[in-house]
Amino acid sequence: MQYVAAKTADEAVALLVGQSGMARVLAGGTDLLVQLKSGMVEPDLVVDIKRIPGMKDITAEAGGFRIGAAVSGAELGEHAGVCAMWPGVVEGFNLIGSTQVQGRATMAGNLCNASPAGDAVPSLVAADATARVHGPNGARDVAILGIPAGPGRTTLAKGEIITSIFLPARPARASDAYLRFIPRTEMDIAVASAGVSLVLAADGTVESARVALGAVAPTVLLAEEAAKAITGTRLEEDALARMAAACAAICKPIDDKRGTVEFRTKTAGVLAKRAARIAYDRAGAKK
Amino acid sequence: MALDAYQKREFKQVGTRPNRPDGVDKVTGRAMYGADATAPGMLHAKILRSPHAHARIVSIDTSAAEALAGVKAIVTAADFGVPEDDFLRDVQDHCMARGKVLYDGHAVAAVAATTIAAAKAALKLIKVEYETLPHVTDVDAAMKPGAPVVQAGRAYENVPAGMSENVTHHCEFGHGDLDAGFAKADRVVERHFKTAATHQGYIEPNACLASVTSDGKAELWVCTQGQYFYRTLCAALLGMEASQLRVTASEIGGGFGGKTMIYMEPVALALSKKAGRPVKLVLTRDEVFRATGPTVSSSMDVKIGMTKDGRITAAQARLCYSGGAFPNTTVDMGAQAAFAAYDLDAVQTLGWNVMTNRPKESAYRAPGAPLSIYAVESVVDELCQHFGLDPLAVRLLNAADKGTKSSYGPTFDQIGLKATLEAAQAHPHYTAPLGPNQGRGLSCGFWFNFGGNTCVSLNVNTDGTVGVTEGNPDIGGSRASISLMAAEELGIPYEKIRTIVADTSSLGYNDVTDGSRVTFAVGLATIKAARDAIRKMCSRAAKIWGIDEEAVEWVDGAAVPAGPNAGKFPPMTLAEIAAVSAETGGPIAGHYEVNADGAGVSFGVHLCDIEVDPETGATKVLRYTVFQDAGKAVHPSYVEGQMQGGAVQGIGWALNEEYIYGTDGRLQNAGFLDYRIPVASDLPMIDTVILEIPNPGHPYGVRGVGETGIVPPLAAIANAVSRAVGVRMTELPMSPPKLLKALEAKG
Ligand SMILES: Cc1cc2nc3c(=O)[nH]c(=O)nc-3n(C[C@H](O)[C@H](O)[C@H](O)COP(=O)(O)OP(=O)(O)OC[C@H]3O[C@@H](n4cnc5c(N)ncnc54)[C@H](O)[C@@H]3O)c2cc1C
Repeated sequence: MQYVAAKTADEAVALLVGQSGMARVLAGGTDLLVQLKSGMVEPDLVVDIKRIPGMKDITAEAGGFRIGAAVSGAELGEHAGVCAMWPGVVEGFNLIGSTQVQGRATMAGNLCNASPAGDAVPSLVAADATARVHGPNGARDVAILGIPAGPGRTTLAKGEIITSIFLPARPARASDAYLRFIPRTEMDIAVASAGVSLVLAADGTVESARVALGAVAPTVLLAEEAAKAITGTRLEEDALARMAAACAAICKPIDDKRGTVEFRTKTAGVLAKRAARIAYDRAGAKK
Repeated sequence: MALDAYQKREFKQVGTRPNRPDGVDKVTGRAMYGADATAPGMLHAKILRSPHAHARIVSIDTSAAEALAGVKAIVTAADFGVPEDDFLRDVQDHCMARGKVLYDGHAVAAVAATTIAAAKAALKLIKVEYETLPHVTDVDAAMKPGAPVVQAGRAYENVPAGMSENVTHHCEFGHGDLDAGFAKADRVVERHFKTAATHQGYIEPNACLASVTSDGKAELWVCTQGQYFYRTLCAALLGMEASQLRVTASEIGGGFGGKTMIYMEPVALALSKKAGRPVKLVLTRDEVFRATGPTVSSSMDVKIGMTKDGRITAAQARLCYSGGAFPNTTVDMGAQAAFAAYDLDAVQTLGWNVMTNRPKESAYRAPGAPLSIYAVESVVDELCQHFGLDPLAVRLLNAADKGTKSSYGPTFDQIGLKATLEAAQAHPHYTAPLGPNQGRGLSCGFWFNFGGNTCVSLNVNTDGTVGVTEGNPDIGGSRASISLMAAEELGIPYEKIRTIVADTSSLGYNDVTDGSRVTFAVGLATIKAARDAIRKMCSRAAKIWGIDEEAVEWVDGAAVPAGPNAGKFPPMTLAEIAAVSAETGGPIAGHYEVNADGAGVSFGVHLCDIEVDPETGATKVLRYTVFQDAGKAVHPSYVEGQMQGGAVQGIGWALNEEYIYGTDGRLQNAGFLDYRIPVASDLPMIDTVILEIPNPGHPYGVRGVGETGIVPPLAAIANAVSRAVGVRMTELPMSPPKLLKALEAKG
């Protein structure tokens, strides 16, 4: 196995394109190293992207933030601007692993590992964030929802890497939240999860909403009917019940050691309701 | 024997909380654990394991692996004999499959190579041809006639006809007239329970370094709870004499019973013998889950009759335990323990052991007892709920006491159950207010405790310090407790004493660190060894003073003339006597050897408050208090540690821990991600209340405390859940999907 720390995105792309065997991008390594150790993957080439200039930067852009692909959970959690604007994105990302894992793990890594249960992903979908993808044919911006292709698979072509994730600008009275269900309180994997992003109108009703569900289908789901169910409401009980039902209607989970179809379906709706309430309170608290 | 017995005394050091002698090494990472041993020329071993739950091994071709550069030895079952003794043969077959693989993860071959990478590569080159066989992993399915037979011809004669051959063993305990008893009851409740197998979950994976030389001598450095028992087993399987195999126990990163049995040590020895070089073998976590440890899984029926004022009139339990692919008798302990907390006129417990295609069960803290007591305490609680009776009052009304003929035969001596129940009743926890969806549960727990073979040497050094040499790996602070007892008896400060755990060549046979026996039995032997040394020191003083030995006694760490007639001499301290020992007869040492009786049974009561999230079925433990009789808490911090650790393991068992098998018979959660032991943030502080009702069988009144704590949490939590949200969980673990389903079924 060859290890190269690329100095530019173009070099990383060239290395990946040039490798005829198995190649892997290395960000924080908190998924990749575990997979290497257990023998799950045996790549011929590992390209480390952490040393590429800009990969660890968080920069203000067009009223939102561009987050480098090597920014760790701990780093994002300390960024006051992102925390204030996108608390749900930060809380999803910061739920990953432990203090040690937070020092390494990245959002792009969580996204590209493509686990249906990735904790950073639903909030990014709810936020309508985009990933900037660098490849042999240059750069393009892709909606987060367009990256995962199935468990362990992405839509990225050979040689493509994510260099940053962009979180768009927010109007006032907007916020987001993320909740996951795990049988323990930490060091666990989501059995179901929900990210909700809301914008409130001046009268306190929901002007627009985006709801995303994790761990209930092969890839993250954007729950458009669920969002509609709460749009124009103040999250009254019946609106939340309709939202939960809309969530349940699109879940396509599996029965496995972590949870049953029944349980995941029910819990996804419960989490979406609770996350919506949190996002609503956060948005309302903003002046 | 009178001196053995408990004598009331004022303790000066026993009962204090000094730092443990192994503490600095452990917190600075210097302690040597199983995987830390190395030797010149050492090879690394890896084991090839079965991917099938049950299959005949048609052939094993190791030729390609042998040809790989770096590979120095490969062993399979063909490199071992076939022990005649059933137990030994099972132990060996568990370490290395012979003819058939009996569970997913069963070892079929092992490689020793110059690097770990070469050993791993060699495993891929070993060709094993299997003929897969039907398998069975569920205890109830395995009992049915016509179930796939795990091992033929292993059923004992006492197994009733008409059951599958997988049922290897039957037991029965009890007394009185059940029918008459049930007839007297105002209500009889019978419930069926099922519990999943759990793992001890020790953090340190099993590891050893074996070195066999060409003249037949061998060394084994290993992480174990019992170096002597490991020696016995390994020597027998390797055809060696005990004296030629020296086993040294490393520091131990958890065992909880799981390291009382060998799993891969004979394999490392066989590889070393074949390669002529030292061989290190460290299991991965996946291997630990698939091929070491677990507890029994169970299927149980419990029937109890009660009058409306809370008196239990009759009780019966039918227990079916499966300890994996080999016969075992853990169900006996479950059957004996089931009703131990109760004073009953009519009681019967029946037990069956059933083989399934799972790894061989190993001891886990009070083996067998948590399950049967979970079932019993659940039914008692249900009856209390039915009659609207206070569950503590009902336990007190029926509690076993001194003179009670226990449900398993013996009549109890002094026991602490009633005092423990009363302590719980008087505690503020019992009456604290509860919120919505919250409930309080309680359960009694019991364990037998053990004494056993014990051998201690105590050496008085010429500078006035003392070395205690004992033979039991320290899994819970026992070196500190043993040093405290030696210090107390000798009358010198704790800091002057260093206690070490000897290898098998340095001391006589010591039973395994199990049965909550070490502080009791090694403590007893240490006190007696100290008394032996004291006698010798008194005799040295007598010699110096020129008076009779009998005229000298030991007071506060010094020899003094006994009474005015003995003569007037200033006290001679231990240090003063030791300093001149060369002139008075040479080194001074005390010894004691015993097969200790009188361990004294142990009872505990747990109270817990939980809250259920009715929308997700998640159970959160809010408050938890353990009440337990320690006889005498030698080092209270480590007694509390045992009580807390046991409670936490029981909470894990109740809520989330389980072996999950797929329909293919493979273990699906062989790692800590999906085998969910509780993490610190899942738990409140576990409060403890230590009671001290002296054990008549120990000079200081000590009772073992290590195991009882894991017994009550299962029912305590189930009872709390029932009181919080009105559903009775009769299957463990009570994981959120199961609880949510039960809540929905209730409506
Ligand atoms: C103890 C522990 C606990 C964990 N807990 C959680 C948890 O609670 N929730 C959760 O969701 N996950 C958890 N994880 C998984 C992991 O930490 C996260 O998925 C993390 O976000 C991965 O980020 P990384 O930078 O470490 O990825 P890496 O391991 O570096 O990479 C992961 C995958 O993505 C690819 N990749 C990485 N970056 C890029 C890029 N920029 N462009 C293209 N491909 C890329 C890699 O090739 C690899 O296939 C845990 C892991 C551990 C070890």
